[in-house]
This record gives sequence, structure tokens and C-alpha cells, in this order.
Amino acid sequence: MKQPKSKLKTGAQMVVDIMVEEGVEMLWGLTGGAVLPIFDAFYQNSDRIRLIDTRHEQGAIHMAEGYAKATGKVGVCIATSGPGATNLITGLTDALMDSVPLVAITGQVPSALIGTDAFQEADVVGITRSCTKHNYLVKNIQELPQILRNAFFIARSGRPGPVLVDIPKDIAASAAEVPYPKHANIPLSKFVPEIDFSQLGKMAELLRHAKRPLIYAGGGVINAGASEALYKFARKTNIPVTLTLMGLGAYPANDRQFIDMLGMHGSYRANMALSHCDLLIAIGSRFDDRVTGKLSEFSPLSKKIHIDVDPTSIDKNVKVDAHVLGDMKTILEALTKSAGSHDYDEWYEQLDSWHGKHPLAFKQNPNGPILPQFAVDEIYRLTKGDAIITTEVGQHQMWAAQYYRFNKPRRWITSGGLGTMGFGFPAAIGAAFAFPDATVIDIAGDGSFQMTLQELAVVKQHNLNVKVIILNNKFLGMVKQWQDLFFDKRYASTAIPAQPDFVKLAEAYGIQGFRAETPKDATQTLEKVFKSKEPCVVDLMVDPEEHVYPMVPAGGSTKDIVLSRAMEMARMQSEAKPHPSKAKGGRK
Amino acid sequence: MRHTISVLVHNQSGVLSRVSNLFSARGYNIDSLVVGVTDDPKVSRMTIVVRGDDRVIDQVEKQLNKLVDTIKVVDLTQDDFIARDLALIKVKAEPESRSQVMEIVRCFDGKIVDVALKSFIVEVTGKESKINGMIELLKNYGIIEMVRTGEVAISRGKKVHEEEEKKVKVKAGKAGQSNL
Repeated sequence: MKQPKSKLKTGAQMVVDIMVEEGVEMLWGLTGGAVLPIFDAFYQNSDRIRLIDTRHEQGAIHMAEGYAKATGKVGVCIATSGPGATNLITGLTDALMDSVPLVAITGQVPSALIGTDAFQEADVVGITRSCTKHNYLVKNIQELPQILRNAFFIARSGRPGPVLVDIPKDIAASAAEVPYPKHANIPLSKFVPEIDFSQLGKMAELLRHAKRPLIYAGGGVINAGASEALYKFARKTNIPVTLTLMGLGAYPANDRQFIDMLGMHGSYRANMALSHCDLLIAIGSRFDDRVTGKLSEFSPLSKKIHIDVDPTSIDKNVKVDAHVLGDMKTILEALTKSAGSHDYDEWYEQLDSWHGKHPLAFKQNPNGPILPQFAVDEIYRLTKGDAIITTEVGQHQMWAAQYYRFNKPRRWITSGGLGTMGFGFPAAIGAAFAFPDATVIDIAGDGSFQMTLQELAVVKQHNLNVKVIILNNKFLGMVKQWQDLFFDKRYASTAIPAQPDFVKLAEAYGIQGFRAETPKDATQTLEKVFKSKEPCVVDLMVDPEEHVYPMVPAGGSTKDIVLSRAMEMARMQSEAKPHPSKAKGGRK
Repeated sequence: MRHTISVLVHNQSGVLSRVSNLFSARGYNIDSLVVGVTDDPKVSRMTIVVRGDDRVIDQVEKQLNKLVDTIKVVDLTQDDFIARDLALIKVKAEPESRSQVMEIVRCFDGKIVDVALKSFIVEVTGKESKINGMIELLKNYGIIEMVRTGEVAISRGKKVHEEEEKKVKVKAGKAGQSNL
């Protein structure tokens, strides 16, 4: 007689099953004692789902973030208890700040040992409470499937974010018969407010009267899959568009209505538009301090409209005249229907004249050192704008944002809110796993790359087409720039004199390494590496004296904008007379 | 301004910590926070007294609403509500002052719940201002130690008034009033 098949499943098996049902193709992680049963289940189910080993948990979570940002799907990572879990903290905080849908699974010591200061025990739900959208400690195997369902639902719904599920070893290892719930038991309205369509009339009215309107869109548009809707809205209304750092790609950079990025290192044109517009339409953006500068002087002439999915973003930093909450795509489509079109000739003339006065530009001397702007521009030219670009954090990140032009969403992957050095390289790996045929480039700084470069081993093992291009100035350049400007060139802790030989370092991992020291060299090297599908590290020795301009100093306003080194020097000299040792403080 | 905010939450472990975390992480000033279960054991009610301008209170409400475990947030200050605080006060009661202390307790509708040789424990409930007033008076006799719950609050029977206003209009005059 045939025995009836047992429906008993281990907690670890439930983790695998629910992930497969949730559409997870792959996840990244590093194993350890408390998480062993779950890794074992993934090992036995490797035909259904891929678990990719990394060299460090921070690498794993940034890979999951890179994957999520490139695809729009939930990124997943897994780590063991204690140090494994604490190594995820930076990535969780990064994902929370940048609204990245992410589920992190951590092993925990067995239930009976919790609270006893057991080996590799940490209060992971306690530690991660303020850096997750939500988190769970599983106390009973019966509740595990529902918790996992909820975790994915919370991560992706409304404003996305990271969710952590901490699973004690005994729960992962024990077996029970628990039916899998079909859905999360949380209503969607918790995360996506009902649209109040009555507000749209007010917005249409404001639009009708505007002479100098400006769209200021951010990463929320990309998260909501509303790039197309934004394009249609902008094109129909003929309103110029500026994007935040996180929003790059949400609107095509080569479109005639696009006036470049705004904010601290945004274009002169975009920042002038911000301070002169009479209607500011914020869409999926959150009035971050790197955009607003001094709040009391922020866009003083404009009425303000805010469209977003997150109620806490409304009136948080800047009070607005009208807002609509809800799914941005639906809102934009409704607004497009009711909106009219104007030519705004005078406004565009004004924008053009600002652009003509101070465009984003650089002058590469063929016999001089490599300018970082030139390097980014060459990368753009040679990849025809089709690469997926990730960055670390600092000057190179801003140059990449300014000079690589993104015409489609999800090709620009950067750590904006938290500003996590070491993010870009593992994020590039995550994106390369998602799109194995794409060229994925980490535009890196020499400082940042050294934070997570151990993941070169993952690139080698899986032969991913990831190109790390280091804009090497032997400095933590952005901080140096601030020291140049505000600390009388006292380079406290920013010089990196003892650098590894990045070419040999790459070779040590079995990856090709290249170095270029002249502009001609740089072009030739880049041409060569983009012809190949192989991973590589390119060490470009760039001019260490270059600053990122324009720059609106922190806490300043558009009228404080600095456009060039010459302008900066003139200002410093005039300031230096009454106060010879004046140094303005400020964080990066 | 001082606001009394009532929050219904799922009675999950960690929910108190999530709420208090939110206040400390965002730098909001909290005067008191009280939690207890409701008639539904799966649901707890928190009463939070918080100070801040309109912008801060608006953010507090929105941030509380954003927590996954939150069911409902109401700023009671917007409407008519009843707020009560409970205090247990151990006050010196020497033979020569005993009767005066007892008189004060009686005036404030308090109760003496423990009598020792040289002290009483006094229980008193009421508005914060009433309890503060009583404490001021008892200080003259020497407060040995004291404990207060912090404010619990509930809105007045607004729903009844709205839905059944017509029916109960006549009767409600006296029954609905309270001088507490």
C-alpha cells in the first residue's frame, strides 16, 4: 500500500517555497551556524532558486539592492546570526533611505538560547527596528509562512523598503504542516493611499495660471513605474523637467524639455529654474536637503504641488499648496487628461539663456592629466548610453550623474540618501546577475572601491560582465573638495598615499586590470574594454585638483552657487580679508 | 502645543519599542506614553502626550500611521476628550498633621489606600492639573515617594451624538455632561 505523502515541511523548506512562489530567481548570502538549515534547503532546491555566495554580508545586501534597482523586483539576501546580521545594517539603512524593495533573512540562535548571550547572538530585530520598513522575529513555525508572505508584500508595496525576517535555528530545522497563505494579511491601503481626485481640480487650476512651471521629479517615479506617465504628462503640458540624483532616467536626458539634474551639484539652469519658477510640481521626490539647500530661501516665488505615495513626505520639509497621495502612475494619467498645453516661450528662452551662460562643460587638455568629467563622457560615448551605471559615493558619483546621460529608468544605480561608499561595486554585480548580457559599469572612486573590493571573487567565479572604472585621484576627493573650500586645504585623513596596485589586485583575483595616465590612453583603454564581454578593473589616474561644479554649499541657496574654481578662489580671497582663518564647518 | 494622541495598535511584541523608537529617532518630545489592552485582547491602545508645533504633530501622526502595526491614530486634542492620570503618593503623616493630610485627600476626591505609623499612601485620579495641585499641597507635609501613570485619554461619546443625535437630544443634556 502506498503511504500518503507527508505534508510536513521544515521551516527552511517554507522559506524556499514561499520565495519561489513570490518569484524570487536568486538571492545573495553568506552562511554560518545559525542559518545552516536554511542554506541546506537552498542547496537541495538549487534547481528552483539560485543562492549566490558572497565574500561579505555587506556585499550580499548591496548585490540584492543592485538587482532590485535594476529590475524593480524585490532583492533578497540572507545571513547568519550575530555578525552576519550586523554586517547587513549599512545595506538595510541604505535600502530604507533610497526606498529599495528588499527582504533580508537572518538566522538566529535557537529559541531556547535567545537572551542568554549565546555564541553569535545579537538582538537583530532590536538593532534593525529603525533601519527597516518592518521586521519580524519568528517565534513559532506556524506563523512562518504568513510572515514571509507579509515580508514580500511590505517590501514592495507603496514606498518600497527593506524587511527583515529573523528565524531561530530550531524553527528553520523543525517541521510542521502549515498551509501556505495565498496573500499577505495586511491591506494594500496601509501603503498606498486612496487617490483623492478632488485635489486634481485644484492642481489643474494652478497649472492653468502658471507662467513658469517646473517639474521636479525623483526616484519615486521610477519605483512607481511611472516614467512613461511622467513623459506623457510633461510632453503634453510642455513643462520643463529637472530630476533629482535618484530620479535620473525617469525622464529621457536627451529630451529637449530636460534641463539636467538639480540640487547641490545640479546644473546652473536647473537651480536657477528652481528659484525662479512660479509653479513647482514635485513628483516622487521628497525635498531632500541636498535639493532644497536653505529652506527659507527655497524656490521662493513658486506655488508648490506634491504628488507622492508616502504621506510622511508631504509638508515634511517644505509646505506645499496642493498634494495628491496614491499611485503616481494613475495620478499622472488623470492629470495628463485634464491638463492643457502652453508654449511657455519666455520661460524656455530664459532657461536657454541660463544654459548658454553656464552649461555643464569641461575642457580636456590632450597633454594634461585625465579630467574625470572627460572619463565619464568617454564612457558615455563609447557605451552609447546603453550601459547600466552604478557608482560609489563622492566626486566620481556626481560627475557620473552630470555627464552620463540616462534616457531610460533603472540604468542608474547609486546610493543617494545614505551615501554609502562601497555600494557601487556589489550593486553592479547584482545588476549583472539580473542582466547578464548588459554592460554594467561601476564608476568608482579609489577610496570607495577599497571598501567592498573582496567581491571581485564573485565576479570571477560567475564571469560577470562588470567593469570597474576607478577615477583615481589618490584622495577621498569629495571631502578633500570641502577641505579645499572650507578648511584652508588642511587635508585631514583624506589622502590615500599607500594604495594597492589596482591592476595587480585585479589580476590576483584572476581578472584583467588596466591603467591609463593620459587622456589618449584612457580613450584607448576604454575602447578596448568595452569591446570585450570580460570583467575588468580600469585604473584611470585623474587630476586630483578637480572639483565638482556647480556647487551650492550645504545650507546655502541658489544665489550662493559656485560655478568654477576661479569663482571659488575669488570668493575665498574676498572672504579671507576680514577673517583670515575663517573656516565654515559642515558635513559632507 | 501639547497634544494627546490616541493610537490603536496590534498587540504584537516590539510594538511599544517601535513607537518609542520613532519618537527618539526623529527627535520628537514626548511627555508621557501609556499602553494597555483594549476590549479586544489583540489590540492595544496607546495614549501619547507630545509637544510640538503643527508641522511636528502632523508628522507624528503620519509617521505613527506608517508603522505596520498601527491600526488607527487620532489626535484627541482636535475634539472633546476625557484625560485622566493616576498617582500613588506616599506622604508623611505625623500624628499632628494626619488630620490635615486627610482633609486635603478628601478635597481632591482621593483615597488613602495604606496607613502606616508615620505615612499614608494616597491614591488620586483626575486631570493632570488637579493631581499637580494636590501634590503641591502635600509637599508641605513631605512626600516620601510618588508614582504617576501618565495620561490616559478617550474621546467623548461623539459617535453616539452624531448618529443618534435626534433620538437622544433631549435626554443627553444631563447624562452626557460631566464635571470631572
